[in-house]
Amino acid sequence: MSFLPFAVAAWLFLVGLYGIVASQNLIRTIISLTIVQASTYVLLLSIGYRTGGQAPIFADIPATSNAVDPVVQVLMLTDVVVEATITALLLALAIQAHKRFGSLDPHELRALTD
Amino acid sequence: MHITALPIVVPMIAAALLVSVRKWTPRLALDSSAISVGVASVTMCALILARTAHDGPFAYWLGGWQPKHMVSIGISLSIDPVGAGLATFAALLVTAALLYSWRYFDSIDGLFHALMLIFLAAMVGFSLTGDLFDLAVFFELMSATAYSLTAYKIEERGPIQGAINFAITNSVGAYGIFTGIGLLYARTGALNMAQIGAALDRHGTDPLVLVAMALLFIGFLTKAAAVPVHFWLADAHAVAPTPVCVLFSGVMVELGIYAVARLYWTIFAGPLHAHTEELRAILIAFGTMTAIWGGVMCYSQRHIKRLLAFSTISHVGMFLCGIGLLSADGLSGTATYIVGHGLTKAALFMLAGVLLHRFQNIDEFDLHGRGREIPWTGALFALGGILLSAVPVVTLFFGKSLLDGASLAAGYPWLPAVFVFSSMFTGGAVLRVAGRVFCGWGASKRPLDEEQAHQAREEEPEEQASRGRTPLLMLLVPASLLAAAIVIGVIPGAVPGIEVAAAHLRDHHGYIGWVLRGHVHFPPAETTHIAGYDYLYGAGAAVGAVALAALTLFGQPLLRRTPELLVRRAGIAIMAFRRLHSGHIGDYIAWWTAGAALLGGSSLIFLR
Repeated sequence: MSFLPFAVAAWLFLVGLYGIVASQNLIRTIISLTIVQASTYVLLLSIGYRTGGQAPIFADIPATSNAVDPVVQVLMLTDVVVEATITALLLALAIQAHKRFGSLDPHELRALTD
Repeated sequence: MHITALPIVVPMIAAALLVSVRKWTPRLALDSSAISVGVASVTMCALILARTAHDGPFAYWLGGWQPKHMVSIGISLSIDPVGAGLATFAALLVTAALLYSWRYFDSIDGLFHALMLIFLAAMVGFSLTGDLFDLAVFFELMSATAYSLTAYKIEERGPIQGAINFAITNSVGAYGIFTGIGLLYARTGALNMAQIGAALDRHGTDPLVLVAMALLFIGFLTKAAAVPVHFWLADAHAVAPTPVCVLFSGVMVELGIYAVARLYWTIFAGPLHAHTEELRAILIAFGTMTAIWGGVMCYSQRHIKRLLAFSTISHVGMFLCGIGLLSADGLSGTATYIVGHGLTKAALFMLAGVLLHRFQNIDEFDLHGRGREIPWTGALFALGGILLSAVPVVTLFFGKSLLDGASLAAGYPWLPAVFVFSSMFTGGAVLRVAGRVFCGWGASKRPLDEEQAHQAREEEPEEQASRGRTPLLMLLVPASLLAAAIVIGVIPGAVPGIEVAAAHLRDHHGYIGWVLRGHVHFPPAETTHIAGYDYLYGAGAAVGAVALAALTLFGQPLLRRTPELLVRRAGIAIMAFRRLHSGHIGDYIAWWTAGAALLGGSSLIFLR
């Protein structure tokens, strides 16, 4: 099992965080957030990966054959559903932000400074 | 017929039905059906709680997928008294909030009710589940509904920005949780918390487990709003509709603390047994920071809902210290405190809602003296402030006494001083507001902070009708919550009952046994007696809160005599703290990263 997928996952998490911190545009912030989440996809799938493993559909293959782990794939699917919901909600909020603040720059969102 | 899963399923189905019929349903029918679903959920959760109290904790395997030879493929609801108690408490607060919003909103469609019911289902599921991934899914469901509820007034600037900050910060936290779950699954091959715990008992810790723990903890602490991942909370609370704030402060934030406690005692307590001291120090460091930061910020606010929000942050610091003591009294003290705090804070938000409802303004200085026309609201608000300072012998006081005892026993004799500080500043801030708004004491203007004052005035009022009188229901609900906050602690058997419940939560091996083998074990629970010094601390904090409020309201002559340099320096220091709450999401995520690095780094260094 290669170390590389885990390094990619860590890199995606951090680069996504950097994207949110440095973003000048809310759309970019939201895309960066999905990149952070993409890191969890890579991580989960690489945890379930087996070298030479088949798709875990045991109707076609013997129950003892080498197959990748279906559990993490299911987790990832749930994760995708979550992402779709949150991203849609955030994009809707971004549209409203543009309408009300006249800008998508996080610096221009000034309704809540302390 | 098993009712165990029903308090999760029933509100969800009801929510779907409400959404589909809302166009043709009159307001009265929407409110009454949502409230009846709430009452039904309270009843079901209370029945489950009664069963755990009577027969001990039990696991309910969905679809009958029982574990075999300590291996579980199925998904369980693993219900112990603390989980069932929290579920009941959440259902109770949702019902109270729905009852309050009946008269609070003038025009509202079924979407609000549906979201509240889904929120309820998610919180109940979160409290009852025994599966780590389900915990994360219920976390996300709870979050998504919470974001939507925050942005309910979607045409206003404040709610839009508050919801964006809330959603992004908590989503990053959730992805930390997903990563942590992935790592634990990679190490143990299990998702059931009991099975992960059993596997780690055999395996011990390694850096991978520690990183997973840090990511899970920081994720749940994001929901709990611990410093430095707390920034979203004040923004969301300041702008969310008042009945929603009731739930955020009253129970949602506390569920984050619950998750940390649950994960520690079911999963990490075995392998980290040798490092209890170090983990205790780390958690208490975070907790102390949160308690003090929240207290100072709370006292410096003029936007009343923001003030209450920071008060919640300060109390979260106390909860985190209480959990972090990793002892029986620390846990049962926190649980008792959460009940008292949730009821009190919910009532205070509702009373702040009365101000907003009547004056369309929530600024302490704008409202100077205007509250004189609603004396009952003022009396209840001041009572809430006194309760918040944990005066003897209300529920909060019993929680705090347990925490004081636990701190001394664990070798942290200075920790009670932090608790007194938190009680004094959060209680004092509420009393100060009560004095200024409802009695007209103190200054009526503050030249500073015009920006925040502006945010406190509503863009579009939540209600359009005549505000000449406040509906009685809007006072009855908070009054009964405050009455409960006073009475629960002195009901014979209530606090000892919480101590028994906490003993179940702390029973690492017992948990694995009753979830995977069905062997119920009743751990011994000690009942702690209140020491004399507890009354002293309690009374001291209450007197301190009153004195602090009085000093701010009437102490101008005294303040003029203190050296100007000192006053100015203190002002600059507090301003520097406040400037950190910039409302900029990039800043918040930078702080989140720092917090995660701090927790992960200290875990890797000290817990190996």
